[in-house]
Amino acid sequence: MSIIKGKVYVLKDDIDTDQIIPANFLNLVPTIPEEYDELGSHALAGLPDSYQPFMKPGENKAEYAILIAGRNFGCGSSREHAPVALGAAGVDAVIAESFARIFFRNCVATGEVYPLEVRDRLCDVFSTGDEAEINIEENTVVNKTTNKTYKTLPLGAAKDVVDAGGIFEYARRAGLCS
Amino acid sequence: MGQTITEKILANHAGIDKATPGENIWVDVDVLMTHDVCGPGTIGIFEREFGKDAKVFDNEKIVLVPDHYIFTKDELCHRNIDTLRAFAKKQNIKYFYEPGTDTYTGVCHVTLAQEGHNRPGEVLLGTDSHTCTSGAFGEFSSGIGNTDAGFVMGTGKALLKVPPTMRFVIDGEIGEGVMAKDVILRIIGEIGFDGATYRAMEFVGSGIDALSMEERMTICNMAIEAGGKNGIMNVDEKTREYVRARTDKPFQEFQSDADAEYYSELVIKGSDIVPCVAKPHSPGNYAPAADCSDVKLDRAYIGSCTGGKITDFIAGAKVLENNKVSIDTFIVPATVEVEQQLVTEKINGKSLRQIFEDAGCQPIAPPSCAACLGGPIDTFGRTHGEEVVVSTTNRNFVGRMGSKDSQVYLASPYTTAASAITGVITDPRKYV
Repeated sequence: MSIIKGKVYVLKDDIDTDQIIPANFLNLVPTIPEEYDELGSHALAGLPDSYQPFMKPGENKAEYAILIAGRNFGCGSSREHAPVALGAAGVDAVIAESFARIFFRNCVATGEVYPLEVRDRLCDVFSTGDEAEINIEENTVVNKTTNKTYKTLPLGAAKDVVDAGGIFEYARRAGLCS
Repeated sequence: MGQTITEKILANHAGIDKATPGENIWVDVDVLMTHDVCGPGTIGIFEREFGKDAKVFDNEKIVLVPDHYIFTKDELCHRNIDTLRAFAKKQNIKYFYEPGTDTYTGVCHVTLAQEGHNRPGEVLLGTDSHTCTSGAFGEFSSGIGNTDAGFVMGTGKALLKVPPTMRFVIDGEIGEGVMAKDVILRIIGEIGFDGATYRAMEFVGSGIDALSMEERMTICNMAIEAGGKNGIMNVDEKTREYVRARTDKPFQEFQSDADAEYYSELVIKGSDIVPCVAKPHSPGNYAPAADCSDVKLDRAYIGSCTGGKITDFIAGAKVLENNKVSIDTFIVPATVEVEQQLVTEKINGKSLRQIFEDAGCQPIAPPSCAACLGGPIDTFGRTHGEEVVVSTTNRNFVGRMGSKDSQVYLASPYTTAASAITGVITDPRKYV
């Protein structure tokens, strides 16, 4: 995938994995299809009440395809439930000033979402509900609501892994495993 | 130019002479640990990708430690433990610490240490971010997700990027009433909650050398709270003695070269470190305990991989001996071994368990992760409202202990116990 379009949901700094998927939902197993879907319905359920709800009650797909955040997105736990919950909710990409290491790697390994870094503090110039378009080949994100364009940092080899749908599928296509 | 201990271990496990920061290398994994929260998903990946009948890469190198959601009525949690049980049987996994049997231990990171799975020079990966705890034993250890763990389960290999190393020198011993928890909270406070992202954190100096293995584990445990890939320490006689008492397996020691290249160096005088807390809602939100005496508390909690080891309870009991708690105080030993030591360890002839009982603490809970990460609704010690908690655990994110409206102050066992007596955040030094 090289173009991602949709509504954005904006978050600030240090969004940790407990906010992305609270620990009481870790009894769900991501590889069981119905539990994968249910994880999606709880995506970002741990956000403080100062944020508007990410999910509508009773739904398991969000109206937002893109998250825009500040520094250190995905800090905390190694729970793969976090990128899975976002992917299951229909999020295609997270754009942040920086990512916590394990979360970034889990995004790539699972192929659930594209983790894209930016130098600009986009979480201050995008508003929740803005329409945006990401071009991963050209490393840009356009705010369709304000018509401003920003640069994202190249995802490099990790792009091919997310494109393939995760590390195993990538490895098979690349002939690294059977 | 020499190499750091982290670079040497990774190079050794990749079969190369030198590992350079930034380089991606395939390393052989000595131990893969998983638990009840991420194990079933890891097994799901392994069986999906390698086949239902595939064999794990080595049935003696996979360690299964259910510890998160054990004492709950939640049926999915029980199902998850059943999944591990069936997998352990099918794959003939040698190390499965099974709930409901006398092999059950409790919290995984403390189990790895006490059962002899932590050995100098090895590479240990686990599906838990606090896997970095094992670095206290002079090994490379780091947390990974289910998909990476599923890959390791099938192949015994992982693709790792060699991290640059940040060196932290604790120069001189820390003072009376100060603990390892204060050291790491101070460091995270200085470099920030994401100050070590992607990097190795190497802790050295006479202040580290003077600490017990349990205290060293507390420091490496929280490397992830600064974003670190791994925490690591040198091997000394204390390490060797601890490891040899628990395993016969030979191990190889690595030390950083004097001319190794570091990303940065931070020197802190041991005597400058004071009892402190991390205020809500970030482990990097440092404040000296003495400056927080206006924080009124509802609850104190001593437990978890960070603060539920025997040394943590000895510290707590030292403070609570001949005192009464004024707020609900929860005691959760990390493992069965620690639970037993609460009876055998004594201060002035009185067992720790008796000291906690006499001080008015809640009945001691069975060993598990319990309320450190909230969890199912019936989890022991979980917050459900606007509780203000002082805790020996490692994270104080919004909702981390259960309720989004509760607030968690991270502190050492000394500070937590002293604050349990007074009901406000309290510098413990007048109690020890």
